[in-house]
Amino acid sequence: MSKQDWFLIPIFLILCLVPLSGSRFYVFLATDILIFALFAVSLNLLLGYTGLVSFGHAAYFGIGAYACALLMRKASIVFPVSFVAAGLFGALAALIIGFFCVRLTKIYFAMLTLAFSQIVWAAAFKWNSLTGGDTGFIGVPFPQYLDSKTRYYYFTLAVVVVCLFIIRKVVNSPFGRILTTIRENSERTEFIGINVKFFQLVAFIISGFFSALAGALFGIFNHSVFPDFLFWPASAEVLIMTILGGMYSFFGPVVGAAVVLFLRMQITSYTQYWPLILGMILAVLLFFFPGGIVGFLQNRLTLLRGNR
Amino acid sequence: MILTVENLKKSFDGFVAVNGVSFSIEKGELCSIIGPNGAGKTTVFNLITGYLPLDEGRVIFNGVDITHMRAYQICRLGMRRSFQRTNIFPRLTVFENVQAALLAYRGKSFNFFTPVETLFREETEAILGRVGLQDHSNAMSGSLSYGFQKQLELGIALASEPDVLLLDEPTAGMSTEETSATIELIGRIAHEKGLTLLFTEHDMEVVFSISERILVLHQGQMITEGSPDEVRTNPDVQKVYLGEAR
Ligand SMILES: Nc1ncnc2c1ncn2[C@@H]1O[C@H](COP(=O)(O)OP(=O)(O)OP(=O)(O)O)[C@@H](O)[C@H]1O
Ligand SMILES: [Mg+2]
Repeated sequence: MSKQDWFLIPIFLILCLVPLSGSRFYVFLATDILIFALFAVSLNLLLGYTGLVSFGHAAYFGIGAYACALLMRKASIVFPVSFVAAGLFGALAALIIGFFCVRLTKIYFAMLTLAFSQIVWAAAFKWNSLTGGDTGFIGVPFPQYLDSKTRYYYFTLAVVVVCLFIIRKVVNSPFGRILTTIRENSERTEFIGINVKFFQLVAFIISGFFSALAGALFGIFNHSVFPDFLFWPASAEVLIMTILGGMYSFFGPVVGAAVVLFLRMQITSYTQYWPLILGMILAVLLFFFPGGIVGFLQNRLTLLRGNR
Repeated sequence: MILTVENLKKSFDGFVAVNGVSFSIEKGELCSIIGPNGAGKTTVFNLITGYLPLDEGRVIFNGVDITHMRAYQICRLGMRRSFQRTNIFPRLTVFENVQAALLAYRGKSFNFFTPVETLFREETEAILGRVGLQDHSNAMSGSLSYGFQKQLELGIALASEPDVLLLDEPTAGMSTEETSATIELIGRIAHEKGLTLLFTEHDMEVVFSISERILVLHQGQMITEGSPDEVRTNPDVQKVYLGEAR
C-alpha cells in the first residue's frame, strides 16, 4: 500500500461499521453500492485503462447473475462453487464476444458490444424453461451461512475488497501499463512489439470475469434475476457511473457508483423522472468536468498545492 | 544482406504511390532514402514494417520472409521504426513511454502482478540520458516541445536494441542546433551498437554527411542509388530532386 492510499483505511473502517448503525436502509444501500462499484471498476478496466468503450457490459453482469442463481437452484451446486463458476461463465462469454469485438475499432467496437449484449438479453428473455423468461428467475435464496442482510453485506464487502485489490494490482502491473499505452496510441503500441488485439481481448476477459462476479452478488442480494439486468439501459447506467465518477482514476467509478445509487434512492422517492435527471447531470458533467468527479477533485487538489 | 526489398508496389485508389521498388541493405550500413515530397518514402517504410499491406513484392529480413507479417511480429524480429509525425503515448510521462517499450522488448508485458514502477528504472533512465531527456523524465510526454517529442520517439525505438532501425525524418521540425545534435547522436549510437540504419530526411546536409549510401525515390520509383558523391553528381537526381531542393 503506498502513501497515497491512506484514505482507504478510514473508508474501509466506516464500511465495516455500517451495520452497527442499525439501519436496514443503509446496509441495503451500502451493499448495492459495493456491488456496482465492483461492476463499474471492472468496466473501467476497458474504458479508462484500455480505451475501449463497451456498450454492452450488462451482458456479463447478467450472465453472472443467472449463472450463479441457476447453478445453485437448478443444479444444486453449493454457493462458493456456483459463485466462482459464475465469474468463469462471464469470462467465457467475454472471450467469445471479445474475440469478434476487438477486430473492430472505436464506434464499431461499441456497437458490436451492444449488439452482442442484446443477443444475450433476448436469449434470457425468451428461454423460458431455463431463465423464467420475462417474469425472471425468482426465489434465489441467500446461502444458509449468509442468511441475513448483515451477513450478506459483510460477505459482499469482503469479496469486493479482494476483487478491487486484485484489479488494482493488475492495472499497476506491466500488463496494466501496456493497456494504457494501447489507450493512448494503439498503433504505436503495435510498433513496440505488442499484439494489441490479444491484450485487448485479455483485458476484456478479465473485465467480464469481475463483472460477472458483481452480477452473481447482485442476483442473490436481489433474491431474483431478471432479463432487465442485461438490457441496454443497465449497460448505459454502469457507463454513466464510470464516467461520472472519473474514468482516469482507479476509484473514480466507485465514487460514481455511490453517487448514482444514492441520488437514485433519494430522487425516485420524489419524482419518476430519474432517468431525465441522471441524463442532465451527465450532460453538465461532460461539459464542465470531463474528468468526472474524481478528476475534478484531483485537479483542485493539485491547484491548491501549487498555490501554497 | 540484413534487409532485402523486392519489387514493392502499392497504390491508393488507383494512384500508384510505390511502383516496383527494390533494394538491399547490408548489416551495419547507414542508408538514407531521399526524394521530393510525395515520392513515396514514408509509404516504403510503411510497407516494410507491416503498417500497410502491400499490393505486390517481398520483404526479407534476416533471412525471414516478413512480407505478410503483422507489425508487432516484425518488431519482435528486431526491426523498429520511428514515425514522421510524432507518435508517442501523450498522457504518459516520458519515463513511462520508454519504460513501456522496454517492458515489451524484455518480454515482461504479460506480467500481471509485479508493480510496474519497480521495473527497468535504471535502463529507462539510461536511455533517456542517451537521447537527452534525462531532465524531463517525469514530464507528460504530450506537453513536451516538438523537438523533445522527436527525441522521445527515438528513445522508444532505441529501447528495444533493434538490429534495423527505420527513422522517418527524425529531425523534421527541429531547429538547426537540435538537428545537428540529433544527427550526431544517431550516428554515434549506430556506430556503437552496430545498428543498421535506414532513414529519410529532407535536410540535404544531414543526408550527405552521415549516409554511406543513398537511395533516390521519385514518383514511387527508385531512380538511382549510390554513395553520396555518386548521387550528388548524378544528372537525373539533379534534375528531379536537387534542382528543386530547399
Ligand atoms: N494512406 C494513404 N492513403 C492515400 N494516399 C496516400 C496514403 N499514404 C500516402 N499516400 C500518397 O502516396 C504518395 C506518397 O506519399 P508518402 O507519404 O509515401 O511520400 P513521402 O515521400 O514520404 O513524402 P514526404 O516527403 O512529404 O513525407 C503521396 O502522394 C501521398 O498522398
Ligand atoms: Mg514521408
